[in-house]
Amino acid sequence: MNTKEILETINMIDNEDLDVRTITMGISLLDCIHPDGEKAAQAIYDKICRYAERLVQTGEDISRQYGIPIINKRISVTPIAMVAGACPAMSPVRFAKALDSAARSVGVNFIGGYSALVHKGFGPGDYALIESIPEALSETELVCSSVNVGTTKAGINMDAVKKMGRVVKETAERTADRECIGAAKLVVFCNAPEDNPFMAGAFHGPGEPDCVINVGVSGPGVVRAAIKKEGDGKSLTEIAELIKRTAFKITRMGQLVAQEASRRLCVPFGIVDLSLAPTPAIGDSVAYILEAMGLSQCGAHGTTAALALLNDAVKKGGVMASSSVGGLSGAFIPVTEDAGMIEAARSGCLTLTKLEAMTAVCSVGLDMICIPGDTSPEIISGIIADEAAIGMVNSKTTAVRVIPAVGKQAGEELDFGGLLGMGPIMDVNTASPLEFISRGGRIPAPLQSLKN
Amino acid sequence: MEKMEKAVITVIGKDMVGILAKVTALCAEKGMNVLEVTQSILQDLFVMVMLVDITGAAAGVAELADIFDDLGAKMDLKIHIMHEDIFNSMHRI
Repeated sequence: MNTKEILETINMIDNEDLDVRTITMGISLLDCIHPDGEKAAQAIYDKICRYAERLVQTGEDISRQYGIPIINKRISVTPIAMVAGACPAMSPVRFAKALDSAARSVGVNFIGGYSALVHKGFGPGDYALIESIPEALSETELVCSSVNVGTTKAGINMDAVKKMGRVVKETAERTADRECIGAAKLVVFCNAPEDNPFMAGAFHGPGEPDCVINVGVSGPGVVRAAIKKEGDGKSLTEIAELIKRTAFKITRMGQLVAQEASRRLCVPFGIVDLSLAPTPAIGDSVAYILEAMGLSQCGAHGTTAALALLNDAVKKGGVMASSSVGGLSGAFIPVTEDAGMIEAARSGCLTLTKLEAMTAVCSVGLDMICIPGDTSPEIISGIIADEAAIGMVNSKTTAVRVIPAVGKQAGEELDFGGLLGMGPIMDVNTASPLEFISRGGRIPAPLQSLKN
Repeated sequence: MEKMEKAVITVIGKDMVGILAKVTALCAEKGMNVLEVTQSILQDLFVMVMLVDITGAAAGVAELADIFDDLGAKMDLKIHIMHEDIFNSMHRI
């Protein structure tokens, strides 16, 4: 018995916000497709309730068995556009409602998969689904939506990018009475992973098995504490090593929980997502890790380099700790969910342009950023296009989750409460990209050699 | 032979008379055999770590966690009981 190790674990959980962020059950809905939309919706509801019946209880049991908080239990499903394509007569919103009530029945706090994959073009189901997103997200509470508009292999579907600028804005407008929260549940992806357990972008890809358990770990607080405790006077080589060791421990915990959940639920284990996912809790912040490395505030010159080191070290440490790694894996930088990012955005040190640069080296993209309510759809499309281009060219996942704060201006704030947090509305460059965005068409896939 | 299942109990808080007695009495009552105990005082803080055999325990770890939570609340101490697998997986390759 090694007392030091035992107390280290207890301290990580009690004082450094170590937790398993989510156990997400992926459920395929391909066998629920039916030309009669009502029958399909009923089949979806029934299947989710049957498969996920014990998910929440099992998560809580495991949490108590090992003394590890497991914050969220969630479900991801097959992109609904694939199901909706079979029943053109019915609005896909009916499916969103079926997902919402299934999620309520089994007690999960989010269900992801109101999604469409349109990186190379649209099918009829994709059109219908994308057009219905504002209504679906305003009339449901637990449903999350995502649209994949580009991949490194297919290029970027600029018609989809153009559409999504308007859809994001409409979604915010429809939920203007609730801090525009609809837009916080809508992600526009490039290179979306099929096994991501994190919301709002989780969906169960068509290449996945019928049902699978994916686990997302967290632990920015632990990494920050390790650097604070042991990082004094150390070189960045040593800091990277320290992060790797910490990430290893965090991931091992996730792997244990994933295996145990898989065993108890009799569902195959999919992946552990090695992400550092911040929460608004003080201390549980990715920005504070960057500041512990020696930046006076997140957003200062040097931030991108520090984030690149962090993101890479987390993966290197985590990969060996898990038998199967996937999802988004890396450091998240959601502004409103991270106490340090909120402070940096408020003080003006962290700007949208700096965040865009950071997304080239972090695990996802422009995440949970409040923008002025009068930002035009084509500017939002421009933000999406830039982000998708970074992902496409660098063969990585990027995403945009911006929240147009209807009726508010830069400097004011939105407050979503809970894990989604709060944050200041950030300045957006208002020069118009209208003509570029209106052209539509595709940006061809990039060359994979001659890399300079 | 059935594989021995073990859990770790940690007690952290202000030192006072009878902590060890009360915790071990509860272990005995629930059918847990104490295998190892270490305790120390760190800057006024009482820290005790116990390794217990729970193979024949009257309840699962999850239920025991609730029972020890109650005892901890009564004595104003933090008492955790966790399955040993968590420590093995985090600190051993």
